[in-house]
Amino acid sequence: MSTIFGIPTPALYGQILIGLINGSFYAMLSLGLAVIFGLLRVINFAHGAQYMLGAFAAYLLLTYLGIGYWLSLVLAPLIVGAVAIVIERFMLRRLYGLDPLYGLLLTFGLALILEGAFRHWFGAAGKPYAPPAQLTGALNLGFMFMPIYRGWVVVASLFVCIGTWLLIEKTRLGAYLRAATENATLVQSFGVNVPLLLTLTYGLGAALAALAGVLAAPIYQVSPLMGSNLIIIVFAVVVVGGMGSILGAIVTGYVLGVLEGLTKVFYPEASSIVIFVIMAIVLLVRPAGLFGREE
Amino acid sequence: MSNAPLLEVRGLNAWYGESHVLHGVDLDIHEGETVTLLGRNGAGKTTTLRAIMGILRRRQGVIRLRGKDLLSLPLHKVAQAGIGYVPEERGIFASLNVAENLVLPPNVSDGGMSMEEIYTLFPNLHERRSSQGTKLSGGEQQMLAIARILRTGARIILLDEPTEGLAPVIIQRIGDVLVELKKRGMTILLVEQNFRFAKKVADRFYLMEDGRMVNSFPGHELDARMDELHEVLGV
Amino acid sequence: MAVGTQYLAEQPKLRTTSLVLGAVALAGLLAAPFFLYPEFLMSILCFALFACAFNLLIGYVGLLSFGHAAFFGGAAYYTAHAVKVWGWEPLTGILFGAAGAAAMGLIIGFIAIRRQGIYFAMITLALSQMFAFICLQVPFTHGEDGIQGVPRGHLLGIVDLSQPLAMYYVTLAIFLFGVFAIWRIVNSPFGNILKAIRENERRAVSLGYRVDRYKLGAFVMSAALAGLAGGTKAIVFQFATLTDVQWQMSGEVILMTLLGGIGTMIGPMVGAGLVIALQNYLASSQFPVTVLIGIIFVICVLLFRRGIVGEILELMKRKPKGTI
Repeated sequence: MSTIFGIPTPALYGQILIGLINGSFYAMLSLGLAVIFGLLRVINFAHGAQYMLGAFAAYLLLTYLGIGYWLSLVLAPLIVGAVAIVIERFMLRRLYGLDPLYGLLLTFGLALILEGAFRHWFGAAGKPYAPPAQLTGALNLGFMFMPIYRGWVVVASLFVCIGTWLLIEKTRLGAYLRAATENATLVQSFGVNVPLLLTLTYGLGAALAALAGVLAAPIYQVSPLMGSNLIIIVFAVVVVGGMGSILGAIVTGYVLGVLEGLTKVFYPEASSIVIFVIMAIVLLVRPAGLFGREE
Repeated sequence: MSNAPLLEVRGLNAWYGESHVLHGVDLDIHEGETVTLLGRNGAGKTTTLRAIMGILRRRQGVIRLRGKDLLSLPLHKVAQAGIGYVPEERGIFASLNVAENLVLPPNVSDGGMSMEEIYTLFPNLHERRSSQGTKLSGGEQQMLAIARILRTGARIILLDEPTEGLAPVIIQRIGDVLVELKKRGMTILLVEQNFRFAKKVADRFYLMEDGRMVNSFPGHELDARMDELHEVLGV
Repeated sequence: MAVGTQYLAEQPKLRTTSLVLGAVALAGLLAAPFFLYPEFLMSILCFALFACAFNLLIGYVGLLSFGHAAFFGGAAYYTAHAVKVWGWEPLTGILFGAAGAAAMGLIIGFIAIRRQGIYFAMITLALSQMFAFICLQVPFTHGEDGIQGVPRGHLLGIVDLSQPLAMYYVTLAIFLFGVFAIWRIVNSPFGNILKAIRENERRAVSLGYRVDRYKLGAFVMSAALAGLAGGTKAIVFQFATLTDVQWQMSGEVILMTLLGGIGTMIGPMVGAGLVIALQNYLASSQFPVTVLIGIIFVICVLLFRRGIVGEILELMKRKPKGTI
């Protein structure tokens, strides 16, 4: 069996794949956080809970209505996006113009409510969610066997990230979003309904988290607390990347995921803290983050 | 009805937080007119524009466009009613290129300039259409700020100190643009410190002091009133 | 938000009233263990001190730390280890815990003060989560089990702390010492500079203050006092577990402070008392505590951001002047 640095290569590739998958979720979630923060100046602490809601929506749709994976991939983000729109309209909106810390605290409270309620109803244990029949099995790549579903997650998340990036960089709606991120009042004085834009942006960010949740359901199982630890890692990713750049958030997500996977191979004890260590180092060397602008 | 002003402001009061900054401002602008607000720094000229536009929200009084109340409208509806705003700081977006900046404001009515017309009027913008908006020179940014409003079909344009900090050649160009707009029947409310520039385009002047309108006179009286103006404006 | 103390200083009448109120409160605290369970009271005292320490940072420097559990729970581990494994005297053990928390505060603070506002909150959260992962893995914390069966021992070798009343009065003394220390810090020249930084950081910089050093100083003090509370808790309840280092605990101390009143002297104590009482009350019911904490968060942020004590102080301030 071939080895690299004394590590058998299949194990190495396997961990890199796991790192890529984790990185896919870091990228999708930090992308949503960055889009929301850019326009609303709110750090959406409920992002992890919305990711969990997406996974639960898929699970409940399947269990109670018999609706399968592919339809859930569309429905779950719509449902969670709608919930987020209600939250923005009735709660977040009241905090615009105040210290952004209040937005963080409000969404933290919402996350506690959502996670506590789901834990109360469904228990803390994870619930299995089977991948769709079309994506079961494994592919022989020659150097390793890759479960098809895992490959799909990496590809799908790339599509989601690139799609969102194109939406923001290449469309009229994206131009409104970028401009309003710089100067919302001026954009509104041009006749753009900025309050509606804010609502839709929060809905879009939450829908992205929910989509990630559906993608994650067959890999990590569906559990009420699946989002709460993840969101803290994603915060670290966001600090490393800096929230000024959409592309930066995406790239940082994948890179940190892979670095974490590699750590699992070479020094497993540190794998759960490696991202935080990287964050600390980046802060010491370049406080604004790798892609951030100094404020 | 032909005598009714296009934009009518009556007894406008406005506040920045606790401080009362406009005290009963009256202002009329008729269709096709160019009206210029004069006054020292801090007299309330920019504030008047921001209050009309609705960017400054704490206001009382009457603001009507063609008899339709604007005071109760949210900010974006004011623009949709047909008022275009070119702020003093120009407000060019750094994350948009020149072409994106140009098409950013949505159309508010038919009859705005086409892109061809705009590029004919501002050839520089065509040359630099894919540059980042804030990489343009100050003069080009000012042209861009005006041009993007012309595209939207706004019937009345609020222009805040378009010549500030620009070289004489550029000021000349902007003057030509305003004359061209007047020819096309555009209504303009201008805030300007530069008399010579204002004289070229203004049909009427309003003089502001301490958040109040203290005088108004037709454009041709400007020269005769120079001494009085120097006293009020302290120039 | 430091309105509370400044206002009191300017109003001699209120100052007398607050002295009287303070005396009444002290008498109440001395008598309390004869009416309520000492364990319950000690729990409140530990968390009240923790919340006051946290408030030193957000209320007087304007920095929201989302990672204070690391100092509270970290100190609990250090104290528990020193007392149980090394056989240290309990007060020395508590001080050791506080010193350990201060050292952690120096490291975490040094990294976190490089960013402000929302980033500061995220960084402290991430670093404390890192610490929680470390606690899960290193052997001395005993992972999921935590350090159990910590002996209360004899204070200075004399007072037997296994007696509930003795433990209570020692806890009360530590609490009062901690609150007095915070009061001294806030009302010192150092505290005034902190407030100046909170009001206008740029101005403080232009006046020549090394703003980062002051922030770091405040961060370390806040961490040390949080550690004092955590170490005491480890002796009182005789264990130290992962619960106290996790992010939920950081959230709870934020809630206590927010509910009571950020930037007021007694707000965090009131908030801690209410939250602990609620948790105690709910422990016997079906209703999930997390949900309730979340609901209180949402209500506080949306409806009364000054907190209970802050709102009362605001009312008192307004009444004589009438509304603006």
